[in-house]
Amino acid sequence: MNTDVALILLQDGLVSGAVYVLLATALVLVFSVTRVVFVPQGDLVAFTALTLSAFEAGQPPGTVWILIVAAAIALALDVIEAVRLRDRLHATRSLLRFGLVPTVIVMAALFLVPKTAPLAWKMAVSAALIACLGPLIYRIVFQPLAAASPLVLLIAAVAAHLGLSSIGLHVFGAEGVRTEGFSGAPFALFGMIVTPQAVGVLASSVTVVTALYVFFRFSLRGRALLAAAHNRRGAEIVGISTVAAGRTVFLLTGIAAAISGLLIGPTTTLYYDSGFLLGLKGFVGAIVGGMAVYPLAAAGALLVGTVEAFASFWASAYRDVIVFLVIIPVLFWRSVSTVAPEDGLE
Amino acid sequence: MTALLRIERFSVRYGRLLAVNDVSLEAHAGEVTAVIGPNGAGKTSLVNAIMGLIPFEGSLAFPAWPAAARSIEARIRARISLVPETRDLFGPMSVLDNLRLGAFALRSEVGFDMASRLTGVFKLFPRLAERREQRADTLSGGERQMLALGRALMLRPSFLMLDEPSLGLAPLIVAEMFRIIQRLKNDGVSILLIEQNARAALRISDRAYVLENGAVHLAGGASEIAADPRIIDAYLGGSMTAADDGRQRLSGRR
Repeated sequence: MNTDVALILLQDGLVSGAVYVLLATALVLVFSVTRVVFVPQGDLVAFTALTLSAFEAGQPPGTVWILIVAAAIALALDVIEAVRLRDRLHATRSLLRFGLVPTVIVMAALFLVPKTAPLAWKMAVSAALIACLGPLIYRIVFQPLAAASPLVLLIAAVAAHLGLSSIGLHVFGAEGVRTEGFSGAPFALFGMIVTPQAVGVLASSVTVVTALYVFFRFSLRGRALLAAAHNRRGAEIVGISTVAAGRTVFLLTGIAAAISGLLIGPTTTLYYDSGFLLGLKGFVGAIVGGMAVYPLAAAGALLVGTVEAFASFWASAYRDVIVFLVIIPVLFWRSVSTVAPEDGLE
Repeated sequence: MTALLRIERFSVRYGRLLAVNDVSLEAHAGEVTAVIGPNGAGKTSLVNAIMGLIPFEGSLAFPAWPAAARSIEARIRARISLVPETRDLFGPMSVLDNLRLGAFALRSEVGFDMASRLTGVFKLFPRLAERREQRADTLSGGERQMLALGRALMLRPSFLMLDEPSLGLAPLIVAEMFRIIQRLKNDGVSILLIEQNARAALRISDRAYVLENGAVHLAGGASEIAADPRIIDAYLGGSMTAADDGRQRLSGRR
């Protein structure tokens, strides 16, 4: 291998690493606020690419049907709860949140995205469809389990993943897709050939992660989400609803998944079930950060991307095996270098 | 006298355990109402249920704010605030963040001014102003209690429930804490004070309830309660051991 090849591999690695950074950040975020290891994150990524590809083919995407059914279930659950509590305000909010918003997005997807529409609009509608699924999944699967142990939440997350990927097969079919990305001619930078796609992916990932950082570091709402994670009782007595916190963080993770899907779609062929492996790579990054430390999680995700790029050059068939082997020394190092926090202190 | 809080035939259950048993109680505007009693008497369960954190049986009303009984959020909007026994601070966050989050529920109200609220709390607790950037979990016990109280005061509460504000604090800090409670009372805040430190609590209270094994054992004006021989015997005795003995005697008579 010469330097040129190494540089190209490094660039590839950083580009897929940048997407894993987004996934890892979203996983840490969801985990720290709700204690859920959000396994279906990857499914949402794959669904985004499949949705965009359906729009490119001029067909209504299967995501529309998933959204309609999920919104109907969530709306029913929420309205039943509101009626039981005899809370009119709650009922109105449910109708807006799980009725009106999904309806608007579904209508836009069905009638306002012709085949000739600009790519940016198709991307925006795809992202809206997927982002909207986040809070719906929270409402249906995780909100009823809010008080359960992390293990129960993990099992529910795995179940949600299995459910979503079989629904995915049903509505999207078994075909793989590759979507359009940032177009333009490659150019030279410091003697390295750089594609606009690579620059676009890196820039988008950095932008989203920075936006999340600013939101959680400086806005009162962001601080409130973290407060709900630090102390449930404390959050309740100052009026931070843990349910609202869960819903918001699932919306954020939906947005992150959608953007990841738009970024990774043009670089690799995605199938209805490709999400799991993608999610797992983000998860390896998140684990490097102990599911808690964002910079470490991001570094871990970049490491995963780089190792993957070099592994596919040397031993392409064993690519994923090599990537997941990397986690073993990392876990070993973490287990000897960190003190486990005490459990159950609430 | 207008009642701000009225509970009747109020009970809290944990499975088969009856923590609060058929309690009736009133707290009046402009007064400090003390609830005293030994460990495990059900005092904390009582305030947590009043705040809406745990389910209860019986009736609960805030006559001045009829809507407040509906949910915790509704209580907060009516400026009803709780400082829990466990403090429940946001440990990894700064003192400033903890205080700002105390006013989280009011952030979109017309005329809401975070800065003037912070100034008000810092005036009462200059110590918190010095430590505003420090993480809450690195504070001393006294400072934590000040922060917990400061966070509740960010709401500018009209009805404040304090659960064992003197618990685990050094005597000097306890005295300071009671001075601050007195000052809040003078400022017109109505207070429900849960305390084991009966002597100090009765001194600043107008009305008092003695809770034992989840039930009201005695109720009346604070000065009457303080003069009741059974209470002097059980709670206001000279030494800790005398108080403990008395407590056992009192429970034994039940």
